[in-house]
Amino acid sequence: MGKSSNKKQSMSDKNQPKNILISESQDSKMPPPPKSKPRVASGMLIRIGLGLGVPLLSVVVAFTTVGLVLATTGKDPIVVYGEMYRSAFGDENALADTLVKAIPLILTGLAVAIAFSARLWNIGAEGQFFAGAIAASGMALAFDSVLGWFILPVMFVAGIIGGALWALIPGILRAYLNVNEIISTLMLNYVIILFSDYLIYSPWRDPQGFNFPLTRTFGDNATLATFGDSRVHLGLVFGIVAAVIVGLILSRTTWGFELKVMGDNPTAARYAGINITRNILLVMAFSGGLAGLAGMSEVTGVVHKLQQGISSGYGFTAIIVAWLARLNPWGIVLVAVLFGGLINSGYAMKGIGIASGFVTLIQGAVLFFVLAGEALLRKLYYKQDLKRILSTAVLGRTPAREEVAQ
Amino acid sequence: MSLFGIDLVLLLATTVSAGTPVMLATLGAIFNERSGVLNLGLEGLMLVGALAGFAATNSSGSVWVGVLAALLAGAALALIHAFFTVTLQVNQVVSGLALTLFGTGLTAYLGRGFIGIRTPDTFNPVVIPLLSDIPLFGPILFKQDLLVYLSIIIAPLLYLYIYKTRPGLQLRAVGESPATADSMGISVAGIRYFYVLIGGALAGLGGAYLTLASNPAWLENITAGRGWIAVALVIFAGWNPLRAILGAYLFGGMEALQFSLQAAGNDLPLFLHDIPSFFLKMLPYIMTLAALVLVEWRFKVSKKQSNAPAALGLPYIRQEKS
Repeated sequence: MGKSSNKKQSMSDKNQPKNILISESQDSKMPPPPKSKPRVASGMLIRIGLGLGVPLLSVVVAFTTVGLVLATTGKDPIVVYGEMYRSAFGDENALADTLVKAIPLILTGLAVAIAFSARLWNIGAEGQFFAGAIAASGMALAFDSVLGWFILPVMFVAGIIGGALWALIPGILRAYLNVNEIISTLMLNYVIILFSDYLIYSPWRDPQGFNFPLTRTFGDNATLATFGDSRVHLGLVFGIVAAVIVGLILSRTTWGFELKVMGDNPTAARYAGINITRNILLVMAFSGGLAGLAGMSEVTGVVHKLQQGISSGYGFTAIIVAWLARLNPWGIVLVAVLFGGLINSGYAMKGIGIASGFVTLIQGAVLFFVLAGEALLRKLYYKQDLKRILSTAVLGRTPAREEVAQ
Repeated sequence: MSLFGIDLVLLLATTVSAGTPVMLATLGAIFNERSGVLNLGLEGLMLVGALAGFAATNSSGSVWVGVLAALLAGAALALIHAFFTVTLQVNQVVSGLALTLFGTGLTAYLGRGFIGIRTPDTFNPVVIPLLSDIPLFGPILFKQDLLVYLSIIIAPLLYLYIYKTRPGLQLRAVGESPATADSMGISVAGIRYFYVLIGGALAGLGGAYLTLASNPAWLENITAGRGWIAVALVIFAGWNPLRAILGAYLFGGMEALQFSLQAAGNDLPLFLHDIPSFFLKMLPYIMTLAALVLVEWRFKVSKKQSNAPAALGLPYIRQEKS
């Protein structure tokens, strides 16, 4: 499918009802918007507002609200937040740790973002992370003494395949039987984490590990290189390269275009002859592969063994990261660093007597206020033409040029 | 009666009590979704109910105060979801996920002081005279606690309510075709708010069952995915409260089987020997997924449409005159 036909499709898409964000009746009954120039500017303004203003404001409001929770439970929010900032971005060491936490968030964030853009709710990045970590660890435990430097590429591929295969289970169930992927990915999270526990408690347990549930440490050749003396490892490069690739796929390829049509308007996608079954399988495998790579980079770059708690809920935080960045790959990199700082500061919070759940609380609050900000902005600009721009922007799709400029 | 050292009566009795919290949450979610609002926040709602029920029982000394607190806490948290999905009309999937994160975080933060405490009052089995003497069924169904009886009673009542009463008809109308309901003078927003709150209250009660009856203690993430299983069971039950009983006990059976197999140990036949406990713990999740696959498979084979409410997941925007 060439570029010109893409444009034709997006023109015809407009006449199809957009579900969720714009009701059918409004689309068809409203008079066509007057054609004038300023709408382009206001559309830009809204997209900037959505892209920067709403996330920033929602983060501020979320922190204020959680601050109230802190205050009512007898903690001084200013002290707590000050401590959080110091432990996340205070000095070079803190910053390095934050970046280390950001790496899996970038990869899992991209993983859920590409699935979300096709409106596939992959809530299983956490499980796919474990699948990738298990596959990569298996390779290291079996071959790290025989393969030399070649073990790392093998683990890299194993991690991707592990995550992709695990994500293909819900993908196949969704593509052929229409099984709700939210539930299947979630159920499989529990299954794979229990399986990982089984491995480290029984067959893979280190005989010299004093009965602790962990595998032996991988050989040096199965360890990702770090930048200088810091703990920041090569996974950061994986993350940035992945962001470039996902960005290119979504903005420059026919496949990316097909995914976005599937996300925006499944009916139109079917009429346009897009192979939905194949795309569901492909995007789930791709998404799972990215999450699996996150797991691989975590075990090779940070933990150097398989053990419990290798993920601080990265796969779930990824959902917020992706939504806050409105599925934009570069936005995801940026937001992942901020949330890496949040997770990083969670460890410091335990030191001053605040439960780790505090970080999850902030994350939930941020997501709520982002949603509220989007909704309020949408109400504020109630006009039909702007709503179209919004609805596309909310789905992370850059509106087709003719939609804005027409 | 026993098989391979597994006491079958005990197994089935445990099935009923293990299925109860999930059944309560599933029934709440059926109400919720019948009105057209998807609620993926069940896990968070159950956690909040579990903690609120536990905390209130602790400070008051009475489980009934705990039950009330759980109902109110569940409804209060659900109010956030209702405001976001009905009034602000945001994406219901994301709002539900936010609710779960929020509930998980909030309970982990506030519940820290309750870890390791035992409640002064718990739900204890109430033996029903005469009925409990019925062979087999007596010990399984009639030596349970009051919440089990309550859940068994309300499921058919909810069925009658949804299918045989006027408010039930309005509820279904709002879920199937909000525009039609609106034109009949039914307040779509009002109905949706009401049933999201009811759903939240029932999910909260389901959570409280965990901390007040099954295992009277508070643990972080005590629900262990039961909220998500309830979301799946709603689909399995085809949005029908009676089928929810079946689904919930199916889940309860898996959980009970897991305990029984672990307890029976060496009395089991050889092929069941030494199954690591991790695999047994997977059972409820795998079976939930399998049940869902079966349901969709049957739809595919019979070429019937799923009986999901037609407007499920869609915000209702009244057509404005311009």
